[in-house]
Amino acid sequence: MCLAIPGKIVELLDEDRSLAVVDVLGVRRKVDLGLLLEDPPSTGDWVLIHVGFAMSKIGEQDALEQLRMLTDLGESEAAMEEAQGYGLGGP
Amino acid sequence: MRFVDEFREPELITKTADEIRRLADSKRHYRFMEVCGGHTHSIYRFGLKDLLPSNIELVHGPGCPVCVLPMGRIDDGLSMAEQPDVIFTAFGDMMRVPGTRGSPLEYKARGMDVRIIYSPSDALKLARSNPDKHVMFFAIGFETTAPSTALTLMRAKAEGIGNFSVFCNHVTIIPAIRAILDSPDMRIDAFIGPGHVSTVIGCRPYGWIASNEEKPIVVAGFEPLDVLQSIVMLLRQLNQNEKKVENQYKRAVPWEGNRAALKAMAEVFELRPYFEWRGLGFISQSALRIRASYAKWDAERRFTVPGVRVTDPKAAQCGEVLKGVLKPAQCKLFGKECTPEHPVGALMVSSEGSCAAYYNYEHRKRAVLTA
Amino acid sequence: MTSAISKIRFRDPQIEMAHGAGGKASRRLIDGLFAPLLFGSVPTPLGDAAHVNMNGTCVAMTTDSFVVHPLRFPGGSIGKLAVNGTVNDLAVSGAKARALVVSYVLEAGLPTEILEAEVRAMAEAANAAGVVIAGGDTKVVEHGKADRMYITTSGIGNLIPGLSVSPAAVRSGDKILLSGPIGDHGITILLARGELDLEADLRSDTRSVLPMVEALAETVGAGVHWMRDPTRGGVATSLNELAHDCGLGIVLSEDAIPVRDEVRGACELLGLDPLHIANEGQFLAVIAAEQAEAALEALHGTPRGRHAALIGEVSEQPAGAVLVRTLYGGSRIVDMLVGDPLPRIC
Repeated sequence: MCLAIPGKIVELLDEDRSLAVVDVLGVRRKVDLGLLLEDPPSTGDWVLIHVGFAMSKIGEQDALEQLRMLTDLGESEAAMEEAQGYGLGGP
Repeated sequence: MRFVDEFREPELITKTADEIRRLADSKRHYRFMEVCGGHTHSIYRFGLKDLLPSNIELVHGPGCPVCVLPMGRIDDGLSMAEQPDVIFTAFGDMMRVPGTRGSPLEYKARGMDVRIIYSPSDALKLARSNPDKHVMFFAIGFETTAPSTALTLMRAKAEGIGNFSVFCNHVTIIPAIRAILDSPDMRIDAFIGPGHVSTVIGCRPYGWIASNEEKPIVVAGFEPLDVLQSIVMLLRQLNQNEKKVENQYKRAVPWEGNRAALKAMAEVFELRPYFEWRGLGFISQSALRIRASYAKWDAERRFTVPGVRVTDPKAAQCGEVLKGVLKPAQCKLFGKECTPEHPVGALMVSSEGSCAAYYNYEHRKRAVLTA
Repeated sequence: MTSAISKIRFRDPQIEMAHGAGGKASRRLIDGLFAPLLFGSVPTPLGDAAHVNMNGTCVAMTTDSFVVHPLRFPGGSIGKLAVNGTVNDLAVSGAKARALVVSYVLEAGLPTEILEAEVRAMAEAANAAGVVIAGGDTKVVEHGKADRMYITTSGIGNLIPGLSVSPAAVRSGDKILLSGPIGDHGITILLARGELDLEADLRSDTRSVLPMVEALAETVGAGVHWMRDPTRGGVATSLNELAHDCGLGIVLSEDAIPVRDEVRGACELLGLDPLHIANEGQFLAVIAAEQAEAALEALHGTPRGRHAALIGEVSEQPAGAVLVRTLYGGSRIVDMLVGDPLPRIC
């Protein structure tokens, strides 16, 4: 039961901020924020949901960085091949 | 950003797959174990094996919490369903797992009150709205799920809800990995680490795998790009003879884990001295039970359970498949007596079980494509 | 007749919910118990409707029961399903529904206003579908012996000129046409039960597909080789049945299959596959390759066929099975529905 998916908080439901409405591709679900009370998320934040509970906040910066690294994959290799072509040595 | 589609982007997947081909040493045969059932599921669902070179072998680990439950524990849970005025609740995955006298769904067909829920809080809600019944929640899962059960128990206690109990079958991941590494038949080069368990326990607990066992481990997410990128990271480590713990799933996994979740678990649960795992035998300190302070909500204390050890049918090789010693297709019952429609063991039922995954996605593909 | 009895292959000791789910278990029940005893003399594979020769005229007839829970849901109700479902079964068998008869099983204690609402819904749906409700029957059972109301409709119609569909007509290279997004009905029902804390802007897609089938008949005619309405068990089950019946393989492109975001989201949240979810206003058609584009255009020209799509093709391999290709070269086999994740969906 590792099934966990990202959802965006669209509404915080109660005072002590432990219940929220989260949107997953247009489906709205009540999610328990009880495990994130040490650093509670706000409306607009993304969280990882598992069995109706938010497990962690999803960091957009980390996600973007990861995608950037992957986008660079082919490019850094191409750059290396170019460098090798100049006889500048390589790995 | 939707955090899903971006990690399924075809061009990036192709790039990453190319990088894997570039990094994999053609003279080596790599065996990477993905510990967690969620990864097994992802690998098959997205057809990721088709993208890997033939010298990278993915070995499925025992990270399917439904699969590792011995049949006797299922019988114990179902014996509670047979009590009058009990509502038996469990996640969907549990519903078709065979006990000695049938699965929960079969019990339901025979008239017992069995209900599928999607969250432990659903079970508590049922208890609140059915004061004349007792709601029992058959709790399974690794550390990903245990904190939610814990929090629900804390709430039940705080609200004084007396008609609710949990049959706790939560297990922990580290002893399972240890058992794999201790097993003499195993030869694993590196691990694809369980991404969602790590949102709770963090990345530190895997340190011994890198330092003592000297195997690289990358904590991985579940989208195609996550799994592929993790394989890139493992290959890089192996090529440079490094053995460390890395976090590929940074966007969701904090290195230190989730303190509040760990605190909730510690409040409600303690480690059992030992617990039987299907296929791996008895493992010490590998499972959770409810503390005495929550005895009122512990189904094992409230109900008398048969507690009989039930061994798997002789021909079923669930244990060896769970350990990764056998591939699902190598089990004598696979595809014949044991199929998703009439499963013999839990590995063929759970969406994360390697037999079900293999059967649904790979086996029929091979059978028909080579016919 | 002892020879008929000896052909029974159904070994399950009792009937389970899965036998009504439209998937593998249902198939086993039909093939193993009903077919040998009831249809022994019928050689062709079972389809959505029966074509009966009456003194030289071919008439199509079919029947369907509706046990959906809850009775009312966004986009429709049991009465609306009962009309459209039977009209659709006739349509995908290549027939235009002319008349329906309806049978009600009612639970004592059912408020009259609920019955009235459903009868009105049926009248409206019949009117919209261009079909007459010619008669019916009512039975009442004691409180507790039925869940409020069950409706059965039987329909009769004539064959649409130009159409002749059968698994035997399907050829390797034929294209698969889907009339619109999948999963709307099943997920709407699930959410309408209110047992899950899920909300979405979804409606059942229940409607008559006859106008779209007629559009196909007009433009493509004999180029339509096979049709089915993917109700219980979803697209995956219907296409698996076809693969099994024609002995060929079906290859789908995952990204070509139209699915609304909300259905995708709900499926992700619940661990379901849209390909296994019931639809009540869609149909699948297998079209000769050279006419596939024309067929697609024909559907796009109908009021509710805007989202129709070509989702795959028939091929030699994987024989008897359905393969789904992902965007980046991976693939997986998708089987008929196993079990019953969504009981009483229609």
